[in-house]
Amino acid sequence: MFIFILKRIGVAIPTLFILVLLSFFLMQMAPGSPFTGDFNMPPEILANLEAKYHLDKPLWQQFAYYLKDLLQGDLGPSFKYKDYTVNELVAQSFPVSLTIGSLAFLFTVIVGVGLGTLAALKQNSWIDYTVMTFSMVGVVLPSFVIAPLMVLIFSISLKWLPAGGWNDGSWQNMILPVAAMGILYVAAIARIMRSSMIETLNSNFIRTARAKGLPRHHIILKHALKPSLLPVVSYLGPAFVGIITGSVVIETVFGLPGMGQHFVNGALNRDYSLVLGLTIIIGSLTILFTAIVDILYGLIDPKIRVGS
Amino acid sequence: MKKPFKALKLVGIPALTLAASIMAATSASAAVVPAGTQLAQVQELVRGNGSEPASIDPQKVEGVPGSNITKDLFEGLVTQDSEGNTIPGQAESWTVSKDNKVFTFKIRDTAKWSNGDPVTAGDFVFAFQRAVDPETASRYAWFMEIPTIVNASAIVKGQKPADSLGVKAIDDKTFQVTLEQPVPYFIKMLAHQTTFPVPRKVVEKLGDSWTRPGNMVSNGAYKLADWRVNEKIVLERNNNYWNNNETVINKVTYLPLQNTPELNRYKAGEMDMTYVIPIEHFKSLKKASPNEVKVTPYLGTYYYSFNTQRKPFDDARVRKALSYAIDRDAITQYVKGQGEKSAYTFTPDTISGFVPPTTAYSKMPQAERNAQAKRLMTEAGYGPDKPLELEILYNTDESHKKIAIAIAQMWKPLGVKVTLVNQEWKTFLDSRNDGKFEVARAGWIGDYNEASTMLDLNTSTHGQNDSQFVNEMYDELMAKSRVVTSDEERSHLYTEAEKILADEMPVAPIYQYVTSRLVKPHVGGYPMSNVEDNVYTRDLYIKKH
Repeated sequence: MFIFILKRIGVAIPTLFILVLLSFFLMQMAPGSPFTGDFNMPPEILANLEAKYHLDKPLWQQFAYYLKDLLQGDLGPSFKYKDYTVNELVAQSFPVSLTIGSLAFLFTVIVGVGLGTLAALKQNSWIDYTVMTFSMVGVVLPSFVIAPLMVLIFSISLKWLPAGGWNDGSWQNMILPVAAMGILYVAAIARIMRSSMIETLNSNFIRTARAKGLPRHHIILKHALKPSLLPVVSYLGPAFVGIITGSVVIETVFGLPGMGQHFVNGALNRDYSLVLGLTIIIGSLTILFTAIVDILYGLIDPKIRVGS
Repeated sequence: MKKPFKALKLVGIPALTLAASIMAATSASAAVVPAGTQLAQVQELVRGNGSEPASIDPQKVEGVPGSNITKDLFEGLVTQDSEGNTIPGQAESWTVSKDNKVFTFKIRDTAKWSNGDPVTAGDFVFAFQRAVDPETASRYAWFMEIPTIVNASAIVKGQKPADSLGVKAIDDKTFQVTLEQPVPYFIKMLAHQTTFPVPRKVVEKLGDSWTRPGNMVSNGAYKLADWRVNEKIVLERNNNYWNNNETVINKVTYLPLQNTPELNRYKAGEMDMTYVIPIEHFKSLKKASPNEVKVTPYLGTYYYSFNTQRKPFDDARVRKALSYAIDRDAITQYVKGQGEKSAYTFTPDTISGFVPPTTAYSKMPQAERNAQAKRLMTEAGYGPDKPLELEILYNTDESHKKIAIAIAQMWKPLGVKVTLVNQEWKTFLDSRNDGKFEVARAGWIGDYNEASTMLDLNTSTHGQNDSQFVNEMYDELMAKSRVVTSDEERSHLYTEAEKILADEMPVAPIYQYVTSRLVKPHVGGYPMSNVEDNVYTRDLYIKKH
């Protein structure tokens, strides 16, 4: 295990470096600059701004500056939000995305696995059909349709829940975004879980367990559930990073101060440092969680023990 | 509401009478609650503000969202009443030297920062210097260059130190500005956030983090209470504001929202005022809640720029033909439909102190304009046999697209074949600035309420002269307008400038902007005629509902 982790770190560092390098230069290649606006600044003002943010230096030098700060954990000042550094923006927005994302994730796993299992057990019954119809709708409807629809029903018509805002993380404000975000994944997971469970239930070792006369719930929980979860884990592992780093659609619809909005607005504003900072964070998290998924695989399925 | 005081025109008025007439108007910088109005117990307002402000530091603000917030937090030497007239702010009076170059302001004894410290002339000196200091890298440094404050340009260019700026504190309460040239509209410009004071002591102590809740000290009707990037900015009443007694609303929350998310929050009852009305919802909202839809004129013009450096747009006949053939009324009525006004001059007619001329082509019926357009095109050598092929460039947006499609149709009878090209905002700006276009969509909102804020754009050296229009006579007229002393003379020069634009047509004005937003009926004091769309929260109040 220790060697496995070491190996992963060994790969992660160059991967991250390449990520930073590519993002840095790609970002600069985009037309326009952080300082283009509907008002054309006189050249002397533009020069002052560029000097302040080192944009007057050659690219490689800018990159060196950036790397130097990065190694000290400093993601630099935001080009757009003049009152904040990227570290501060991340510190403010990541907890919001993480909270919403984790809750949505929990909701997804519990409901998705539960519904999928139920559908598999009651294969071809009305329960199965209902669950599958629901999940088909969930998969087909994009979040930019579901989220405003929920606002329309629960906030504007019924007035049960707030239409948006974070409100220091009050539970009322979280219900709709968590549900809107979760539904998409619930639908996908229910489908994956169902087919995987059906496959497991038809496998030899389950038949053996049945033949031994084990109780039904014992067979399902003890023997069938674990192997059936494998495809779910491989789906959710990479999706997890996407979930906890925020969705621009959900955040825009519900006016949430999360990281997803920063990522998209950052790109539109050519806020080089903000986009780079977020890329690095999301990149690192992706590398981390891919490793975790690999470890989880081993725990769930002894056939794929790592490091052996 | 009657206009209590006509907008200031300093030049030519003896300084003393001016100061006296200004003092008479002071009561207007506050909420005017009609007698008999029952106020709500809770005086809290939630306003839509478009997007997250780039900064709320007066010298670093860019764009409308930041400007709205700083105008609640801070106050300059002068401010505006709810109708947009210039009225005294932190300065209770001022005098102007005979040559109209030296302005001396008397700061109110009651002017205080939110921490109780007095607002001093030193704070203004500090703020003005900060605006031009290359170290601050203010995007709006040019706002100090336009009125030609002594050495402003040299400082921005790094040729002189910031403390050589033509501003000084004669004593703690007397602030003086010296200009290189007389600038008639200088006083008006002082209601702009770039000229707002900042608390020297606090900024020097805390650096960039002085704008955070808990750190920020301000001198306007409100102070900063909370700030969550991309969610909200909350301001609370500043009890140390000199005119605090007249403020009604205790707390204002700005939400960085627009379009559908904003509309939903408004409909759910979580907001009192929106930033915009999405164009696709305008008609239905106007029908469903007519008294909540507020449409007010806005100081700006939507126009098309012709690239005058490219063939065949270097030919005024082609530009004129294209402009004539645009049926503005059809666009304002059917494409936009929010109460916009057709534009035939570059300056909107809501501008103060100048009545744009009625250009010849504005008087023709559209049929005649079309006939003229055809004639001009034939003269220029184009027609159905030799069609003109051109590209309209616009930034990706439904509304711009609709207008471009309509105009392409209107140009068809001239034998013009149009290709529509849309680009993402920053890419679009790059193309337009670099002259990589033939015809480009543009719009300009005045920075201050005086015609030069529009007309200067078409001078040959202006950074915003996208059409790259070069006309010596035009440049001369505009240069002259800065030095003449009488209003009539200036108006005359502006009229001449507009005539050149109508003759040469480097840009085709299309419509005059309006602001449209939803305002709950319980919000009182909403200004219906502030063309700069400065909605100061201190002028509003919440009625019992």
